[in-house]
Amino acid sequence: MLGVVSVPAPMNYKTINQNSAHTIKTEHLFMSHILEVKNLKKYYATQKAVDDVSFGLERGSIFGLLGPNGAGKTTLIRMITGIFFPDEGEIIFNGKKFDPINDVVHIGYMPEERGLYKKMKIGEQAMYLAQLKGLSQKDAMAQVKDWFLRFEMQSWWNKKVEDLSKGMGQKLQFVTTVLHEPKLIILDEPFSGLDPVNSNLIKDEIYKLAQKGCSIIFSTHRMEQVEEICDHIILMNKGKKILDGSVKEVKQQFKENLYSIGLEKMEHINGSAAFEAIGKNDHSLIVKINPGHTANEVLQHFIQQNNNITSFNEMLPSLNDIFIKLVEGTPLTRQFEKITD
Amino acid sequence: MNKIWLIIKREYITRVRNKSFLLSTFLLPIVMILFIFGSVFIAVSTKSKAKIAVANDPGYFKNSIKSDSSSLSFDFTTGVDSLNYAGKGFDAVLYIPSGTSNNYAIYSQKQLGLETEARIRDKLNKAIENNLLQQKGIHKETLDSISKQTKDAVELNNRVLDENGKVKEANAGLAYGIAFGSGILIYITMIVFGAMVMRGVMEEKTNRIAEVIISSVKPFQLMIGKIVGIAGVGLTQFLLWIILIFTLTSLAGAFIPHELLEQANQVNNQVPGGMQNNTAALKFLEIKGILGTANWGLIIGCFLFYFLGGYLFYSSLFAAVGSVVEDAQESQQLMFPIMMPIIFAFIMLSSGLNNINSPMMFWGSMIPFTSPIIMMGRIPFGVPWWQLGLSMALLIAGFLFTTWMAGKIYRTGILLYGKKASWKEMLKWAFKKS
Repeated sequence: MLGVVSVPAPMNYKTINQNSAHTIKTEHLFMSHILEVKNLKKYYATQKAVDDVSFGLERGSIFGLLGPNGAGKTTLIRMITGIFFPDEGEIIFNGKKFDPINDVVHIGYMPEERGLYKKMKIGEQAMYLAQLKGLSQKDAMAQVKDWFLRFEMQSWWNKKVEDLSKGMGQKLQFVTTVLHEPKLIILDEPFSGLDPVNSNLIKDEIYKLAQKGCSIIFSTHRMEQVEEICDHIILMNKGKKILDGSVKEVKQQFKENLYSIGLEKMEHINGSAAFEAIGKNDHSLIVKINPGHTANEVLQHFIQQNNNITSFNEMLPSLNDIFIKLVEGTPLTRQFEKITD
Repeated sequence: MNKIWLIIKREYITRVRNKSFLLSTFLLPIVMILFIFGSVFIAVSTKSKAKIAVANDPGYFKNSIKSDSSSLSFDFTTGVDSLNYAGKGFDAVLYIPSGTSNNYAIYSQKQLGLETEARIRDKLNKAIENNLLQQKGIHKETLDSISKQTKDAVELNNRVLDENGKVKEANAGLAYGIAFGSGILIYITMIVFGAMVMRGVMEEKTNRIAEVIISSVKPFQLMIGKIVGIAGVGLTQFLLWIILIFTLTSLAGAFIPHELLEQANQVNNQVPGGMQNNTAALKFLEIKGILGTANWGLIIGCFLFYFLGGYLFYSSLFAAVGSVVEDAQESQQLMFPIMMPIIFAFIMLSSGLNNINSPMMFWGSMIPFTSPIIMMGRIPFGVPWWQLGLSMALLIAGFLFTTWMAGKIYRTGILLYGKKASWKEMLKWAFKKS
């Protein structure tokens, strides 16, 4: 197990993606989206929980659904899982209009608030949840055994959930979410409460599921995880989608033309019209390139100054910065408003 | 459908396998049997004889008050008073007032009990009556022969006629017992199993598994699955109880000495009004012989119907309450409006059994809020078919309505956290267009 975990996850994922890209694209040439959400609306008495949200989710991709508390993420997820009916708009699942009764067997949902029957035996619980998702008893048994083996949980079969630690409960919850081999998996904060070893174990499984063509919606507040895992993100605030794109695109969109320049001589630096120095430390200078100027001009400036350049990097904003910048100023009242239907 | 079946199966199996189910199923009949035989034993063995001294006898009481061989004896020794009666071996001393005063007093160390007091009063009245009759010139011999002839001159049999004018065999005591017993059983089970549904729903809500489950099945399916699964638990328990009580009673019957039964029989005959005191003795006698007068097929059939109907009617409401609260304390307040009609029905039954054909009992047996308990009280006494049919139809309509309403409350409540809903809000959810 350790061997698997020690492989750096992002690298692992990229390899997988490159290998699988071809097959995924040819297989679903005409319907590359597993899920399409069109102008979805859900209004409660006191607020517009989801207000005209549209996006598409490609097969085999990992999709980050971000937003502050009360942004409408849970309501959106509940509509996609068939728990709520939208007031307006359309959900297309697997190329057809979403049918909550029959399509839910293709969806696996792990809510943020974990829930299991505390007094039920773990094996029976996994079997029960798998069968509720439409697996036959035989298939359910095979799947449960397979996943329990993979997560080294075989010896837990006759234990009760109340006897498990929080992390163990999380693992069980993850297993029960994915063991019916859903086409779409929705994970709300899947790593909370997990130690790094188990986090990596689950992260690894997420990559493997994506490789098999399973699409994953990943809702979290942990931006570093989003940067690491997600291909595509949307950001919601006050019920509206305010950002949509690949992680790279989003970062490009919000870059502030900041560069860090490693210099040999940090004393007596002269300014130039091309940039503005906004910070420095022992070996590098942070500059903001002024509009109408290029990075080359900045480099030329230092070359002319006869100051040796040791490094030059574009500083892209972290998703965390972008998130904070975009949602800052959201009145707290909204975050605490009770959602009633 | 398959999913509802899975839910029913889980609800049923987890409960039936639970230790508390086994314990309550097997201990309760034993406790009941012990209770029945215990009270028979107490009724037989505590019938002690009261020895009463009569002081200040004007003369005629000595001849006309007769000692009662089994329970009362009167003694007219002079010189006994309220200070020394206990020392002379009496349980009480009776003072007869002089002149026309009716202020009779009896002194004792222990309460004599209502029954003994009533019997003494009867005897005194009779003695005074006899004395007055004699004063008016009727001789004691004439009086004795009249009272001998009038004793048991009338045997009153209540013959109930069926629709065809044929006489139905009826036993009022048995009917009363069945009515009261099944009423009580429906009352208890509706509350016990209703509360079980509520706790189950609350558990799913507080465990937060509800959201996981209803991303696989509809909330309504989850609610119905739970209600039906627990109904199965209830029916299993009834079945086991019937088997157990039957086996244990026949076993116990074989071991109880014959004379104890005779005595129980006597106790019962002497106090026809004292039903509550002697339900135990009566129950045993039912088994010994008069069971045949009741229409058991109808009673058991109706019992199962009204248990299920009443349970379905109320349990969905209990489920609705369970879906909006997060702990037991919160539920108390919301449960009150549900418990009230159940308790009210039971009070109605206990007061209405003496006048079974009253309009109150009729309406009570029609309205679904009270009909499971009240109709079960009426059935042993005979109910016209149209009334039974109407009551059943109304109950079915009633539970379809409450289930539909509760389903809508449940759907909203089960995912709502951090806020306690009031009945007003719940009703708003129930009647909101989806």
